[in-house]
Amino acid sequence: MESCNCIEPQWPADEMLMRYQYISDFFIALAYFSIPLELIYFVKKSAVFPYKWVLVQFGAFIVLCGATHLINLWTFNAHSRTVAIVMTTAKVLTAVVSCATALMLVHIIPDLLSVKTRELFLKNKAAELDREMGIIRTQEETGRHVRMLTHEIRSTLDRHTILKTTLVELGRTLDLEECALWMPTRTGLELQLSYTLRQQNPVGFTVPIQLPVINQVFSTNRSVKISPNSPVARLRSPGKYMPGEVVAVRVPLLHLSNFQINDWPELSTKRYALMVLILPADSARQWHVHELELVEVVADQVAVALSHAAILEESMRARDLLMQQNVALDLARREAETAVRARNDFLAVMNHEMRTPMHAIIALSSLLQDTELTPEQRLMVETVLKSSNLLATLINDVLDLSRLEDGSLQLDIGVFNLHSLFKEVTRLIKPIASVKKLFVTLSLAADLPEFAVGDEQRLMQVLLNIVGNAVKFSKEGSVSISAVVVKADSLKDPQAPDFFLLPTDGHFYMHVQVKDTGLGINPQEISNVFTKFAQNQSSLSKNSGGSGLGLAICKRFVNLMEGQIWIESEGLGKGSTAIFTVKLGIPRRSNESMHPFMQKVSANEVQTNLSGLKVLVVDENGVSRMVTKGLLMHLGCDVTTVSSSDECLRVLSQDHKVILVDVSMPGEDSYDIAVRVHERFSNCLDRPLIVALTGSTDRVTKGNCSRFGIDGVILKPVSLDKIRNIFSELLQHGVLLET
Amino acid sequence: MEVVQLQRSFLEYSSSLFQEGFLDAQFSQLQQLQDESNPQFVMEVVTLFFEDSERLLNDLTFAIEQPNVDFKNVDAHVHQLKGSSSSIGAHRVTNVCIPFRNSCEEQNIQGCLRCLTLVKQEYFLVKNKLETLFRLEQQIVAAGGVIPMVE
Repeated sequence: MESCNCIEPQWPADEMLMRYQYISDFFIALAYFSIPLELIYFVKKSAVFPYKWVLVQFGAFIVLCGATHLINLWTFNAHSRTVAIVMTTAKVLTAVVSCATALMLVHIIPDLLSVKTRELFLKNKAAELDREMGIIRTQEETGRHVRMLTHEIRSTLDRHTILKTTLVELGRTLDLEECALWMPTRTGLELQLSYTLRQQNPVGFTVPIQLPVINQVFSTNRSVKISPNSPVARLRSPGKYMPGEVVAVRVPLLHLSNFQINDWPELSTKRYALMVLILPADSARQWHVHELELVEVVADQVAVALSHAAILEESMRARDLLMQQNVALDLARREAETAVRARNDFLAVMNHEMRTPMHAIIALSSLLQDTELTPEQRLMVETVLKSSNLLATLINDVLDLSRLEDGSLQLDIGVFNLHSLFKEVTRLIKPIASVKKLFVTLSLAADLPEFAVGDEQRLMQVLLNIVGNAVKFSKEGSVSISAVVVKADSLKDPQAPDFFLLPTDGHFYMHVQVKDTGLGINPQEISNVFTKFAQNQSSLSKNSGGSGLGLAICKRFVNLMEGQIWIESEGLGKGSTAIFTVKLGIPRRSNESMHPFMQKVSANEVQTNLSGLKVLVVDENGVSRMVTKGLLMHLGCDVTTVSSSDECLRVLSQDHKVILVDVSMPGEDSYDIAVRVHERFSNCLDRPLIVALTGSTDRVTKGNCSRFGIDGVILKPVSLDKIRNIFSELLQHGVLLET
Repeated sequence: MEVVQLQRSFLEYSSSLFQEGFLDAQFSQLQQLQDESNPQFVMEVVTLFFEDSERLLNDLTFAIEQPNVDFKNVDAHVHQLKGSSSSIGAHRVTNVCIPFRNSCEEQNIQGCLRCLTLVKQEYFLVKNKLETLFRLEQQIVAAGGVIPMVE
């Protein structure tokens, strides 16, 4: 056996040891190879392992260790150099990798350890979240309870239901032993037990409101834990058991009277009810915060619901009250209307009843005046007439004034002749004026329309009143009446400077001034003049009579006509001027050919009928022929005059529509013409109408007229009205016999 | 203000005529008939009346002075006069014609004579008055005024 000196000779291999080493190496190798496989397998499965390349490293290390041990198997026996080289390579690699791994583990193991810490941390966090979840769920449940409670409470507007529901629901939600509500009494000095959960009909316990515990509860809007022994909490007879914890909360009671217009209710003036909640005894339950909050919220909701119910009750009561008042007002109104109607009826009847005899008296007295009377009788009749006129005026005045006062007077608007109204007034006043030797002058402005739209009657009344006053209070001198059309801004009442006259389309303002040289009025009394029933204090006027209503009524009428009236005077003895303005309409029909004597629509038709009407006038008397011709021409007719019936028949043609014959000559000759006209036109339909002018309408005349076929009769002396009326009737109806 | 004074006197005069019965409503009618188309109507009618009446009065005087008075004729004349005067509104003249006609019917010469005198008297009175009135009117117009309305 050759042995090399550089190497120790191997001891003779112990078979046993060698075998065990061999086997162990084999198994180690196996294990070393299988561990990485297992690792790879499980890591692949888990897919979250962060240190994959560490694993690779570790795997490599293990594999190489295994390889080393595996290769070791061949080194037990004599082995070749190749094996040795392989072995060496393997070992070298293994060394490298294992060192690298060792170094790596220094970094890695702390990380791996910290993973564990994090896991612990997360577990704690999870536990904490669980707890919080529990709390939230409880709160949410509480919220649900509150909502449900609120819904229950708000679903009714009946106070008792609200309160009962509150207690019931609260009791159920919070699992209470007892729940009670103390309401303040009417006096406000005590609290009375009004509702309880368990007891059906609570006996009327009361406690004074000034207890410290109650004050404590009322002073805050939070729920307050109170002692179970306080008088408000002692709702059950004390037993042997420990009473549960008690919480009390205030419930604000809002009252309608708490609300001012600009002033929201102050807390200090509120009244409160007390809600007491008692946990079950012996349950060792505590009031949790969320339960207290629940109680506060419920208390607020209850307050709102109660106030709604209270307000609703109030409004229902107010509505009932209003309805009652409405009924009462309606009744009162109807009564008032009935009273006004009754008064108007009374006035109308009395007016009629009073006026009829008055008219009789006045008419008959004036007729009496025209007969033969001795001077004493005349004087008596005149006095009777004057007094009855006065009385009639008084009656009219009173009636008018009462109608004016209650606004039921309305103007009778119509078209009337303005110029003739003034002339009429002057004509009426002339007799009295001339007796007193007063001159009455009238001047109408050139641009004053001839026709106007307004209340003719009332305007005349006003004018008469004023002119009458002017004449009455003037002993000498003159009375002048002037009427002009007002331009805007030209004349203003000094006492009403805000009064502006605005001429509008279709309307104009007429300004009338009545100036007299009479007694005058004290400037201080001017304002009194228009007052009802007020008389001037001067003795001169005491004999003038009159009711004192005249000017007041004038003022009313003028105001109704949208005008103003006032009086100016420089003082006693200096005369006075009455001025008024009224608004009148302009009649829309500005027909230039409108005849001044026309007033109504029917007259308008007559005008168109008469205009151009060919008339033949037969009259022996030259003067009356001329007068008749003048009248007819004024009516617009085309007139031919003849003085005898022969001439008439000569001139007569078919164009003549009317023949006017004077038949006042005694005898029947005058009717001759009628006969001959009939003869001539017997076969013709267009016979002209024959109108007779006669001085008397006795039976003889009438008989003659009808016998000789005369269509109409006019009584002499002819007047415009007579001609107009007769002609219009004839032309419209054909044949008419009238006196 | 002469115009005003003239107007005043005119009015006074007219009213007096009406009051004293010389003129009546018929005369006012005539005055109303006077307008722009017929400015001298009243004057014309009155003038005609004067002519007519004077002629009638002459005829009446002549007829009554006859030995055999023809009452029918006289009556016819008086009737005419009555007609004219009433057409014009000469109230007093018309009034006198009524008893005149009665006298004629009664064929009472004395009555007729008396009435004739009366008629003449009245006629001349009214003629005078009317002439004065017209003069006043002319004066007013000449002074540039407007003849005031008389009612």
